[in-house]
Amino acid sequence: MASVILPSATSDTSESQPGRFGIYGGRYVPETLMAALVELEHEYAAAKVDAAFQAELALLLKDYAGRPTPLYFAKRLTTQLGGAKIYLKREDLLHTGAHKINNALGQALLAQRMGKKRIIAETGAGQHGVATATVCALLGMECVVYMGEVDMARQELNVLRMRLLGAEVRAVSSGSKTLKDAISEAMRDWVTNVRTTYYLLGSALGAHPYPTMVRDFHRCISREMKEQILQKEGRLPTAVIACVGGGSNAIGAFYEFIPDRQVRLIGVEAGGRGTALGEHAARFRGGAPGVLQGTFSYVLQDDDGQIAATHSVSAGLDYASIGPEHAALHDSGRAEYVSQDDTATLDAVVRLARTEGILPALESAHAVAEALRIAPMMPPHDILVVNLSGRGDKDMGILARELQLPGA
Amino acid sequence: MAIQFRHKPGLVVYLTAGDPSLDATRAIALGAIDAGADVIELGVPFSDPLADGPVIQRASERALARGTRLKDVIALAREIRAARPEAGLVIFSYFNPILRYGLVRFADDAAAAGADGVLITDIVVEEAQQYLAEMDRVGLAPIFLAAPTSPDERLEAIATHSRGFVYAISRTGITGKQLNLTDDAAALVARIRRWTRLPVAVGFGISNAEHVAQVGEFADAAVIGSAIVDLIERSTPETSPGAVVRFIKGLQLQPAALAR
Repeated sequence: MASVILPSATSDTSESQPGRFGIYGGRYVPETLMAALVELEHEYAAAKVDAAFQAELALLLKDYAGRPTPLYFAKRLTTQLGGAKIYLKREDLLHTGAHKINNALGQALLAQRMGKKRIIAETGAGQHGVATATVCALLGMECVVYMGEVDMARQELNVLRMRLLGAEVRAVSSGSKTLKDAISEAMRDWVTNVRTTYYLLGSALGAHPYPTMVRDFHRCISREMKEQILQKEGRLPTAVIACVGGGSNAIGAFYEFIPDRQVRLIGVEAGGRGTALGEHAARFRGGAPGVLQGTFSYVLQDDDGQIAATHSVSAGLDYASIGPEHAALHDSGRAEYVSQDDTATLDAVVRLARTEGILPALESAHAVAEALRIAPMMPPHDILVVNLSGRGDKDMGILARELQLPGA
Repeated sequence: MAIQFRHKPGLVVYLTAGDPSLDATRAIALGAIDAGADVIELGVPFSDPLADGPVIQRASERALARGTRLKDVIALAREIRAARPEAGLVIFSYFNPILRYGLVRFADDAAAAGADGVLITDIVVEEAQQYLAEMDRVGLAPIFLAAPTSPDERLEAIATHSRGFVYAISRTGITGKQLNLTDDAAALVARIRRWTRLPVAVGFGISNAEHVAQVGEFADAAVIGSAIVDLIERSTPETSPGAVVRFIKGLQLQPAALAR
């Protein structure tokens, strides 16, 4: 179906034309936004080669956000599992608690460069919202964050953090009241206030140039990983594992390894609580190519092209589509995509907390769960690098309930 | 059949197909045509209508809750065409339902049903190559949106690729009511006319006779969507056709001198 309407793939991942990853990506937006997207594309291209901009971003990433993040050898976990060596890329140690700050800093500096004073964002788990509220406080910008009502209830701590930071959190009550609906509402705001407002999109999603730009701001993850593993082990890892919602932490963790074809790239989607449409967010298992919110990618949808409901215990993976570059990596076979369900994820949270004293975010715990599954089947000289994209403090409410912790 | 505006300004009426039912949409459309609508835009309900305000969002939810599918909308177009051979008929949709149906199959079926044109909200000219080829193959008019934010080079491409009419968006924003027409609209229409002799219709926020008269001063047609969908929401399925007819008659449309 896809090849009927779109250009054919030229290579496995590199942009076949600006904004196209194989056949995926593109710009499917209302005309009102096109001028803003073209302007953003040009401004980003200029910032990318602007040494002063890059130096300012590098300094903030280092002194404010806390880069480089450590690559930690999980010795006890490795010993317990008795297979591959497991390393954790500690994005959870970054300021605000997740990788999202990399992109929020980059785009907020870009917005400042463009003279925009009002920032809008969407958020699912609230980590991107918190990161955006944080950088807006830092740079003195107005910040409005759209968040689905379901997500506001289950990630209440992050709602409070955003408000304390001075952001306005607007509840979204349409549709499934989750990330997808928050993006639609942010786009409605943007289409209305496009002349004054910068849309700080939080994942490698949406219309060009967002998927490329967001990936670039997270490339530092794999760049550091590569240096660190070569320093510690003198060789590349057997596999890199990352959870995939929209796909920002995963594309950041994969990107520098794409040319190293011996390194397996494993994306872990949310298996939710079942295999029926509506019970999970595994786009590569139940989805088909389609257009949602500005980009052509895999989309969970029904036979009529209506977007399906999704479910995951983690708000950040609970989304019906996936970044277009992942769609291209999937089709070319360069990356593998699997899923882990809610139960395995909760088990992984407990396992990592009690073995290593590290509480992962529910999103990141999907990647940990996949490592727990495959490490024992691998020989001891193999190396797994898990991108621990965020910390789990925000999930304590859900964890207390789901795990029936005493006192909850 | 080519799209013709028989009034000055002409009237384009947007209806979300299947809200509150397909039968009601048919009755409303026929009533609207008889009351003076030159073109009916049959909206395909979509789960995630990001260019629409709350009124059309709710209408889409109601239509989807009743199980309205793209094939039903095409069938409805066929019935309206059979009953009113002279009216302009446009299928209005987000891209994904059409993509899922199959672009080639959609073009064949929409043309066979007697539609005149197609408007896809989230297709811009850069992404339209295959879509344009299909529209051309079956003789359907692709109608593109032009926005106040569109620079001249985009307007040239929009005007060049549009058939039937060009849809000028009155202001930045989503569909829905507004109090006053901004200067944006007149300036945009003037810019579009530099590139085309096609009629230009102005939409988004047009909700009363005063707006329509204002649009008539600088454009060929006015598009009314949310105001009518809102009226349908506040009526029963039985009373909505009459309510829409009264609303359109209240716009005091004047027949165009038969030029061209």
